[in-house]
Order: sequence, then C-alpha cells, then structure tokens
Amino acid sequence: MAVSQDTVEAVRVASEYKYGFVSDIDDDRPPKGLSEDTIRYISAKKEEPIWMLDWRLAAYRHWLTLENREPQWAKVEFPKIDFQDLYYYSAPKVKEGPKSLDEVDPELLKVYEKLGIPLKEQEALSGIAVDAVFDSISVATTYKAKLGELGIIFCSMSEAVREHPELVRKYLGSVVPVADNFYATLNSAVFSDGSFVYIPKGVRCPMELSTYFRINASNTGQFERTLIIADENSYVSYLEGCTAPMRDENQLHAAVVELVALEGAEIKYATVQNWYPGDKDGKGGIYNFVTKRGACRGARSKISWTQVETGSAITWKYPSVLLEGDDSIGEFYSVAVVNNRQQADTGTKMIHIGRNTRSTIISKGISAGHGQNTYRGLVRMQPKADNARNYTQCDSLLIGPDCGGHTVPYIEVRNRSARAEHEATTSKISDDQLFYCRQRGLSTEDAVSVIVNGFCKEVLQKLPMEFAVEAQKLLGISLEGSVG
Amino acid sequence: MSAPLLEIKDLHAKVDGKEILRGLNLTLEAGQVHAIMGPNGSGKSTLSYVLAGRDGYEVTSGSVTFKGQDLLALATEERARAGVFLALQYPVEIPGVPNATFLKAAVNAVRAARGESQYDAIEFLKRAKAKFAELKMDPVFLSRALNVGFSGGEKKRNEIFQMAMLEPSLAILDETDSGLDIDALRIVSEGVNALRAPDRAMLVITHYQRLLDYIVPDKVHVLSKGRIVKTGGKELALELERTGYAGIAA
Ligand SMILES: Nc1ncnc2c1ncn2[C@@H]1O[C@H](COP(=O)(O)OP(=O)(O)OP(=O)(O)O)[C@@H](O)[C@H]1O
Ligand SMILES: [Mg+2]
Repeated sequence: MAVSQDTVEAVRVASEYKYGFVSDIDDDRPPKGLSEDTIRYISAKKEEPIWMLDWRLAAYRHWLTLENREPQWAKVEFPKIDFQDLYYYSAPKVKEGPKSLDEVDPELLKVYEKLGIPLKEQEALSGIAVDAVFDSISVATTYKAKLGELGIIFCSMSEAVREHPELVRKYLGSVVPVADNFYATLNSAVFSDGSFVYIPKGVRCPMELSTYFRINASNTGQFERTLIIADENSYVSYLEGCTAPMRDENQLHAAVVELVALEGAEIKYATVQNWYPGDKDGKGGIYNFVTKRGACRGARSKISWTQVETGSAITWKYPSVLLEGDDSIGEFYSVAVVNNRQQADTGTKMIHIGRNTRSTIISKGISAGHGQNTYRGLVRMQPKADNARNYTQCDSLLIGPDCGGHTVPYIEVRNRSARAEHEATTSKISDDQLFYCRQRGLSTEDAVSVIVNGFCKEVLQKLPMEFAVEAQKLLGISLEGSVG
Repeated sequence: MSAPLLEIKDLHAKVDGKEILRGLNLTLEAGQVHAIMGPNGSGKSTLSYVLAGRDGYEVTSGSVTFKGQDLLALATEERARAGVFLALQYPVEIPGVPNATFLKAAVNAVRAARGESQYDAIEFLKRAKAKFAELKMDPVFLSRALNVGFSGGEKKRNEIFQMAMLEPSLAILDETDSGLDIDALRIVSEGVNALRAPDRAMLVITHYQRLLDYIVPDKVHVLSKGRIVKTGGKELALELERTGYAGIAA
C-alpha cells in the first residue's frame, strides 16, 4: 500500500538543521584561489619539509592537466564549481599547539559543546581518544601518552609529516595515488589536515580512536587527509563523525582517506556524516566528494567500512577495498539518507586480487522528499582471485512519490572459481505500518524513525554502541518533517 | 448514572468515497464487554478503524464520545494515548524492529501521556516476560522483528500481549479469535478476561459464538450494512449460530 498524502506532504516540509550555527573564531587564511603560491603558503604555514611541498606541487601540476575533467558519471547535478573562487586554507588562531584541553580556545570548546561532544566528558568518561579537527588544524589531542606506551601513533597529519616522515612517505598516496581522480588530485595538492594513525605489529588498540570533523570558516574548501596503517597482526577501530554549521554558499569538501592493513591486521572505520544538507529547496549544503580506500595488503587482513550518511547536499563517496592479500576480507555497510533536494551517489568497490578473498556489501538507501539516492558498486574478481566470494545486498526505502532510489551494480568476474551474489529490494513505508505504530501511541515522526531504524538495523549493528545511538537519532532528525 | 465510556451516535463514514457506516448507534459502559457480529463486509473492521482514527476513513456525520470527550477530534496516536487500543484483524509486520523495542516505545509514549513514569529497559523486560509467560508465548518472540515470520495465531497472541502491556480503557478486538487453535483460543481468552475491569470496556468483533463461551459478553450486537440491526444478550450469538444472518441482516 502506498504511503498517505499526509506523510508525503509532511516529509516534504524542510527540517530545521539542528546544528546550524556559525561560531566566530578569527581565522587565518591566504586569499581566494589556487596557484603554486597557495600551495607554498599552506606548506609553509604547516612548516612542512621540502619533500612534502614537492609532492603537493607535483599533484597540483597534474591537477592543472585535468581542467574540466571532474568525474561525470555519478547521478548528481550541481552547478560547475569555480575552483578559483574558493579558499584553500584556514586555521583557527592558536599561538602554540595546545598541550591539553585547558589550552584550547574556549570558543572552540563551546562549539563542541553545542554539538553535544563535550571533549572533557569524553576524555574522562568514555575512554575515547579524540583528535579534533577544527577547520584545518587539529586543536586537541587526548590520550596520546597512553597510546604512546603501546607505540601507537595517533596525531594530526601535519604533525605526522614533521615527526614521522618515514611512515608518511612510505604510505601516503600508496592506496589512493595522486592521479587517482580529479578530487583526490586536488586534495593531494592542497590537503589541510586530518588524522594519522599507526598501530605497531601485534598491538590491539585498546580504545576506539575518534575524530570529529567540522567545517567552520566561510567559503573554505575542506581537504582533509587521513592515513591509517595497521602493521602485521594489529587491530584498530576508528570513528569519524561530522557536523557542520548552516550557511548559504555551497561548500566543497574533498577528503582522501587511505587505510593500509598488513598481514593479519584488521581496520574498522566507521563514519557518521551529518553535514549541512541545504534547505528544503536545496539551497546551500555541503558538496561531499570523498575518496576513501583501503588496501588489504597482507594475507588474512581485514578492512571494514561502516557509514551512516545523513547530511550534505551532494554525497559522492565510494569507500573501497583492494583485496590484495590471500584470504583477506573487505566489508562495506552503509546507510544513506536523502531528504528534500539532497543527492547521494555512494557505494563501494571491492577489488578481489588475492586468492580466497571475501567481501560483503550491505547498502541501505532511504529517500524522502525530492531526494535522489543511488547505490553504485563495483565488484571485480581479478584472474588470480581463485575462490573469491562476494555477497551484495542493496535495499532501498522510499518515502513519498517524488524521491528516487537507484541501484547500479557493476560485476566483473574474470576467474572461473569466483562467485558474486547480488540481491536488491525496493520498498515503501506503508500506510499500514504507520497506522499500526500510531495506533500504539507513537507519533508519526517516531513511527517513521522506528521503521527506518528497523530497515537499517543490519548496518547500525556494526557501529560501536555510542555511535549507534547517535546514528539512530540522526536518522530521525534527518527525516524530520514526516510529522503528520 | 454515570456517562458511558463510549457513545457512538448516528455515525456515518466513508472509505474511498463509498459510505460504509450508515447511521450506527452504540453505547458501551465502563466495565462491559460487547460483542459485534455480522456478515462479511458489513463494516465491522471499518468501525474499528474509524474509532482508532485511521487516515482515509472519513466521518461524514454523527458523533463519538469517549470518556466525555470528542474522540473524532483526536489524532490516531492521541486516541491511543487516551486509552483506545485496536487489536488488528491483520497485524502488520515491521522488519528489523524487535517486538520488545517497539512495544517499549509505545508503552512509554502512552505512559508519558498519562503522566506516569517511563519504564527503563530492565523494568519493561521484566513486565513483558511476565505477560509472555501468562500468554504462554516463547520469549524468543520478544526479540524477533515485530510480527515478521510470526504465524497467524502468533500474531494474534502478540496483539493481546500488546494490549496487556498498554492497559487501555477501551479495547477493540477485531477477529482476534480467527486463526487461533483451540488451546490458543483458551489462552488468549484468559488473557482478555484477566483484563476485564470496572474501568475498562471491550468491543469484541467475532464471527464465532465459540469465543463468547470464553469471553462472555454483556451484550451482542449485529452489524449489517453499516448499522446495528439487532442487540441482545449472549443468547443472541447462539441463535445466530443456528439461524445465520438471514432473518436479521437483510
Ligand atoms: N479502502 C476501501 N475502499 C473501498 N471499499 C472498502 C475499503 N475498505 C473497506 N471497504 C469496503 O467496506 C465494506 C466493509 O468492510 P469491512 O472490512 O469493514 O467489513 P467487515 O465487516 O470487517 O468484514 P469481515 O467480516 O470480512 O472482516 C466492504 O464492502 C469493503 O469492501
Ligand atoms: Mg473485518
């Protein structure tokens, strides 16, 4: 049975963005536009060694050859971006790097509080190490000492470039090459900051590593760069959560995340993305063009991506796994929600290279309002991937008649013993379900939230507990307006 | 005499532009159980949906007073919170939502409206398990997705479980007996009888007088073509069993 007109109407009504505020912290930035000078400025600001500057410049020169060659294949529409009309660097004014939270700009801490992320509380209560990226610079890093005892490195990328050049030089760009795609190349030239993690051989990281990203300064393209290396037989779980303030101009965000799992290592990477999605007519909102990729470099290694994408005007994102090592495992669990005029084109690539490699893809797409949600996934079995296996399940849930859910699987099997299995369903929230919930006393809003959370359960289960609760709330918030 | 719990006066209602209820009158006192019988398509489920406030069921005239207030002015969930419970003829499946999670949200929504404290997970589960045991239900059904893969009879039992947890003041049971095996019928009836109380009333919709041996009604109404055409005591059900609706429901 189709959903009632009331529900459709209600969902169309824009939800007020809960985290919409702009905090006034002075920033420090070069003029608009991109040139070699901008890159030299960024590199100098960050006190980078010359090899890093050269790497950036090489990327920039390559990017110049890509003019007008932004990827066109995704099912998303937006006006052409004028890359000379953006700022490429912005940092909060902090004199010295803070040693503890007490030294952090109190304005900044207030922002985190508004976001419901009291750092102090987190530090004290949850045992989560937080490397908070505010705009482009990491301003607070906790638990460093504790992690240090185990030989774990968890710091900002800028710091890693200075302090751990041998690791950075070895792995940066080794999973997402500089020339990978237009946005990744751009990121390589101008990346601002991000997290760096190294887990030594045989070490099991005793806590979830967590970073909250936040875009703040007006008109600043954000180019985070994150690199996580899990050495042999190590384990790490990393959480990334994002919210952004409300604003009118579209903001470009083009991050690159690279994961490297060596023999027997396991990396779990979870994201809750809640950037400003634009208003109900699609005005404003973040353009989120992200390249995330992991390499299961060693035998029996494992990489698992879990994402809950509720924000951004446009999401273009395909967290992928290169299954190089024999018996390695790749997983992708995704929930993507679009409401109003949001567009998401997201999925994964599982590239089976080694023998007995396994991958699992579970994608849940929810569309409401005029939202367009596309799952795009590639499963490739290379000629040497004997006995490789993939299982893919893509479910779409539609709320109302004006939204769209699309599934675009690409399956390439070049090995006779490899198997790929694909299942897809499309369903609607029925009037029967809404009536049943409301008859039991739930508001329409809570009913939608309950039904949607049920739909996403297999993915939400994969998130760490604290994150799962936050994600459930976010799903409710982003579908708000379904109140009858 | 105190005001009745539920008073339906000259109720007319349309579904998809078609008039289904055509001048229905019914008065239900607190503490009473009334049975509603009647041929297929006579409007029994429609009446239950109209009382519960389902979208698409349009009341064109008449009134419904519940606990002295205009029931028709309330939204579906407000009616539920005010104490109206409908055990559906065809309970709905909600994939991925554990039975207990769903009902805890519902019970707390209703309790909040009544100004009662919220049950935490532990308190809720304790009560839910006790009710489950009374209804001889396997506790695995608490963690399974709501009604998904439940057999017909299991779904109906689950409705009664929800009713017991929500403690409504007006319970409408739409053919809760159909699909139940003989033992289940007895167990469900015991569950329903346990909820009979001086401040609670029930409308029991059924096709079978057998149910009324277990849940003994104060009155039996016959609904035909959108109206109550005959009202009697328990013996009316026995009579209908012999004669069918031929003489009454033209
Ligand atoms: N959505 C609808 N659109 C059109 N007609 C409907 C709709 N819903 C119900 N009806 C009609 O209304 C009449 C009453 O239906 P209702 O379900 O209330 O009957 P009932 O007495 O409960 O029957 P049963 O004993 O079979 O359960 C039937 O003729 C049915 O076809
Ligand atoms: Mg019926």
